[in-house]
Amino acid sequence: MAWREDLRRVRVIAWKDITTERRSKAGFNSVVALAVTILVLFGFALGPEAQALRDAAAGAMWLAALFAGVLAFNRSFQVELESGAIEPLLLYPGSRWTILAGKLLANALFVGLMLAIVVIVGVTLFQVAIPKAWPSLLGLFALGAVGLVVLGTFYAAMSSRTRAREVLLPLLLFPMLVPVLLAAISGSKALLTGDLMHEAGAWIRLLIAYDIIFVAATLLAFEHVIEA
Amino acid sequence: MNETAATMNVPRSRAWSLFGVFAFVALIAAQAYAVLTSPADRDMGHLQKILYVHVPAAWITFLAFLVVLVYSVRYMLRGQEKDDLLAAAAAEVGATFNGLTLVLGMIWGKPTWGAWWVWEARLTSTLVLFMIFVGYLALRSFVDDPQQRAQWSAAVGAFGAINVPIVYMSVRWWRTIHQIQSSPSTMDSAYVLGLRTNAIAFLLIMIYFIRRRYELARLRRATELIADAAALGGM
Amino acid sequence: MNAESSLAIDAQGIARRFGARWYLRGVSLQVRPGEVVGLAGANGSGKTTFLRVLATLLKPNAGAAWVYGHDVTRAADDVRRHVGFLAHTAGLYEDLTALENLRFAAEMLGRSPDGLEASLDRVGLAHVAANRVRGFSAGMQRRLALARLMLVRPRLLLLDEPYANLDAAGIDIMNAVIAEVRNAGGAALLVLHELAPAAGMLDRVLTLVDGRIAAEEHGPAANAPPAASTLALASPAGAR
Repeated sequence: MAWREDLRRVRVIAWKDITTERRSKAGFNSVVALAVTILVLFGFALGPEAQALRDAAAGAMWLAALFAGVLAFNRSFQVELESGAIEPLLLYPGSRWTILAGKLLANALFVGLMLAIVVIVGVTLFQVAIPKAWPSLLGLFALGAVGLVVLGTFYAAMSSRTRAREVLLPLLLFPMLVPVLLAAISGSKALLTGDLMHEAGAWIRLLIAYDIIFVAATLLAFEHVIEA
Repeated sequence: MNETAATMNVPRSRAWSLFGVFAFVALIAAQAYAVLTSPADRDMGHLQKILYVHVPAAWITFLAFLVVLVYSVRYMLRGQEKDDLLAAAAAEVGATFNGLTLVLGMIWGKPTWGAWWVWEARLTSTLVLFMIFVGYLALRSFVDDPQQRAQWSAAVGAFGAINVPIVYMSVRWWRTIHQIQSSPSTMDSAYVLGLRTNAIAFLLIMIYFIRRRYELARLRRATELIADAAALGGM
Repeated sequence: MNAESSLAIDAQGIARRFGARWYLRGVSLQVRPGEVVGLAGANGSGKTTFLRVLATLLKPNAGAAWVYGHDVTRAADDVRRHVGFLAHTAGLYEDLTALENLRFAAEMLGRSPDGLEASLDRVGLAHVAANRVRGFSAGMQRRLALARLMLVRPRLLLLDEPYANLDAAGIDIMNAVIAEVRNAGGAALLVLHELAPAAGMLDRVLTLVDGRIAAEEHGPAANAPPAASTLALASPAGAR
């Protein structure tokens, strides 16, 4: 019984986050716009020679998604903090991990959408050919997105309540995301160039392990972090 | 959680002062032994001697992070502020040894690889670890409420520690997949004894530093609690 | 468990600070079921902080408190099941409609989503059920927050300046809700800036000065403007 209640809370919180974000004018659109702008700037920094751009495409796309994503993560708690809605939220009796789980789902959706747009724009700007192994590429992107979202959301729960939130979130988050970035970028690069060394599989397994470990760890630790 | 100044206070003990003296003596002795008795390496020459500090410092860095993990988890399970203070002390000591490891690694690397920095697996992982330490310490400096600071640090410290092996693996794969030659790092048996004795000496130093830092933190907290009690006086 | 578990509120020596400043310096009070108690005091006297400690939003630095026998620090979830808390800010989701805000609360509380329209009607917001909260006045937001609070079916009301921003009709609704909870055997603690809107509702008024209870008025006197002596106490006393 308690399980079903918890799942219901997760679903409700995810719905609430998605709906409020959809209806707010700013939000998602500006995050996507920022990601695209960053991609273009990478183009200027690394181009205009075609081969150089193709080599750097995977890295540029993931970094653009990361930098724009940082904004999205802080926003996912901003709404509640600004309107004071965090207090009523904490006053509903029940497991705290459901709050994080709901926000993880909503953020995964947003980051996934943003990543999709980044890929479409990136593949165009950086003159990348779509490989035969694009389903694997899709899977890699999904796993990488989860990796970004899990710790991004968790650390934002803390950083958004400090006085230095803009600098603290990247400072905490970026070193922790090194495995995700290495796996996602190297794996993407490999798949985009035909994966002659069959390395993509290893990177995908690393991402799966990372995702499982940190989804579990964050759900366990969330109540310590949200109540304080 | 409801600590008093009395339970926080920790008197300076003679036993630990003696231990500190012993640790420093051991360090000097181990270094002298290693530097004076080790032969010149056929490739590195006497540059090899820097490894007698660099390698133990690296081991201590990882060990310190392990202490951070253990005490962070302990804090989350038991909620005792002392565990948080010990974890923070270990993080500071660890970060210091981490910086030392990196600098010595770069000094050793310049003549060896010809550059101040190469993206070699272990050096790079150590750099990422340093960034994680810095994040942990930055978080602590931005949070004023002791309980919030302890709760948040525990989560960040534990997660950072869990991530260390994952970071190391991912950086190593990143290197080997691009078929970069791994650095000449295996030690000749002639050097092993010197390394081991220095490792033990460094371990003693680490324990001493963490202990002193922890004592200082507890004393600070005890004075805060005394001030609290004074402010509430006459309840 | 506290021996007197029949007490709605049993607070002993609650102290709380933020940074270097102590907002509560040892507040002890008791509220019995069926009582409606007012908590008055100047700005910064700690009234809101105390309410938030009872509502389990803050942990005290010293002291302990129980709500119907449940410790506010150790049995927070049990406390939350019985408490309806109304804060300064309504804490609503501005991009959701009034009905959606209530539905979210109902789902989070495990209550059925039926009867939400009736709840809105009760606080006079039925005509804006499908409007986003962003356009609501402060008074309307307060009413919606009240409707949300009632979904808890609280046995204890902790209300922070409940009459702020309310017109006469709103004040009547607020008092009706307080009366309903009281008549059902519950209790209420109201943080008040002025006593007039609560006329006739209060059994007692306690005054907080500088983080401590300084005065208590009972019965009819409780509903009069503060006495001159209380006013003198209400100005910050010299050095700490």
